[in-house]
Order: sequence, then structure tokens, then C-alpha cells
Amino acid sequence: MADHDHTEPPSDTALRVKALESLLLEKGLVEADTLDALIQLYEHNIGPQNGAKVVARAWSDPDYKARLLADATPAIAELGFGGVQGEDMVVVENTSEVHNLLVCTLCSCYPWPVLGLPPVWYKAAPYRARAVSEPRAVLKEFGVEIRDDVEVRVWDSTAELRYMVLPERPAGTEGLGEDELAALVTRDSMIGVALVEGA
Amino acid sequence: MNGIHDLGGMHGLGPVNPESDEPVFHAEWERRMFAVLMATFASGIYNVDEFRHAIENMAPAEYLATSYYEHWLHSLEQVMIDKGQFNRSELEAAWSNVTAGEAA
Repeated sequence: MADHDHTEPPSDTALRVKALESLLLEKGLVEADTLDALIQLYEHNIGPQNGAKVVARAWSDPDYKARLLADATPAIAELGFGGVQGEDMVVVENTSEVHNLLVCTLCSCYPWPVLGLPPVWYKAAPYRARAVSEPRAVLKEFGVEIRDDVEVRVWDSTAELRYMVLPERPAGTEGLGEDELAALVTRDSMIGVALVEGA
Repeated sequence: MNGIHDLGGMHGLGPVNPESDEPVFHAEWERRMFAVLMATFASGIYNVDEFRHAIENMAPAEYLATSYYEHWLHSLEQVMIDKGQFNRSELEAAWSNVTAGEAA
């Protein structure tokens, strides 16, 4: 490779992505319709509303909850959720004695079928660094104070294994149906950086 | 391998700074990057470990200074070249085309 003048990539990331997409299209390695469908799917159809349904079902049906905690992947599939980045799922339950928190220190592994794509802070260096070394301080930054007598467990996700938190059902929700319960469940509560507030 | 991506327990990286009402994507190029990654991954040209290895091979300072989807961009360019799907010259030509298109 003598005397090859290297072209530098465009400094504007948007142009560099455009170049890559156009090259992949030209080579027939991707199709425009597929790209648009993928964006539609992950921007609008797959998100924490899926996980909220799983949580609401677990709160409403003790047998379902038992299946979910014993073997989460098939239990989640019962509600129609599964696939990429959720092939092997574990659900960890928050109780009066244990609070669970999810992280991926090495990368950004996250349970896409139930929570959608991860927020920026989950993928960024500060959370990945600190969730394992000072989880209570991180939780305080999210406005969550965990009592000293409650154990905090931090789960480090991998490419092969993804976690989801089953938050504690708030008091005063005994009369609510699954849809009403699901509406209370936030993305952050299923990562473990928030508690579910009552109705 | 260990490296800059192995961030667990590292000090000095600052507060978490969650964004309220965060959108799924923050720019159109993030949508496009997400889609081309997912589409090429689904085709089986490379596997997730190869994709992650290319991210983990980024220069440490660049890794920390760039965002998630910029990591994806870096990695996908690299794995497609490594897998012989296109070569560096073709990628450079594509860069020149978009830059020229923008200037026109």
C-alpha cells in the first residue's frame, strides 16, 4: 500500500453515518424499507410499556409472578415479548428487604424487548462506573433513598444475560386492574433507579 | 480483554445527569445508525462479540469522548471492512461523496 492518500472521515458525524448508509445500500447489504421499519419498531412499538405489562401481570397473578421469577424468558414471552437483546432474561424482585439495580459496566446491555432502547445515562461512563461502587449515592442522584437496613444488589448485565427489576407494588393499589397498574410502572423503576409511586 | 470500556468502579467520571422526558433518538443520524446496525447484524455478517471487540479496540480517549451511536459507527465501519464487505477505499469514496454533496 504505497503512497495512498488517506481521506479523513467527515468531521460531522451525521455525514459519516450518511456515507456508511449509502455504501451499504449501494452494496445491497441493507434495504431502505427495512431500515425505516426498524426505526418505526424501536421508536414507537417496543418500549417500557411492554415491561410495565409484565410487572402489572406479576402483581396481579401470583402464579405468573412465580413463573416470571423462576424462568423469566418464557414468562415474558407469554405476553408476546421477546427477541433481540432479550434472549435470556432474569427478573429480580424488589422487596422490603432487597432493592435491585441494573447496570452494564462493560457496554450497554439492556433488556430491549421489555424496556426498549436504553437512555443515554445508562450507556454513559458515569453510571457504568459508579453503579457498582457506590449504588446508594447513584440512587440518591435519582432521588431514591434506600434505608440502611435494605440490602442493595447490583446486577451487571452481559451480552448473553439481561435483567429486569420487578418493583414493589405500592400501597393503596389493591383495587386496581392490570391496565391501571401498568400505567404506574416507569422505565426507571424497572432499572431500579426509581420506586413505583401509588395512584 | 480489559481496557477503557471496563468502567466498573472507575473514579472521576462525574455525576449521572439523567435527562427528563428523554426521546428514543436525539438526532436523525442516530436513527439511521441504529437501523443500519440492526439490519446488518440481522444478516449474520458478523456476531455481537466481533461488533463489541471493534468498539473495545477504539483509542481510549476517543472511546470516552464519543457517544454510544458513535461507538456503533466506528465499529460497523471496521467490521464491514474486516469481513470484506467493502474496503477502505470504497468507504473513503463514500465520505468524499457526502462531503461534496454537502458543499454543493
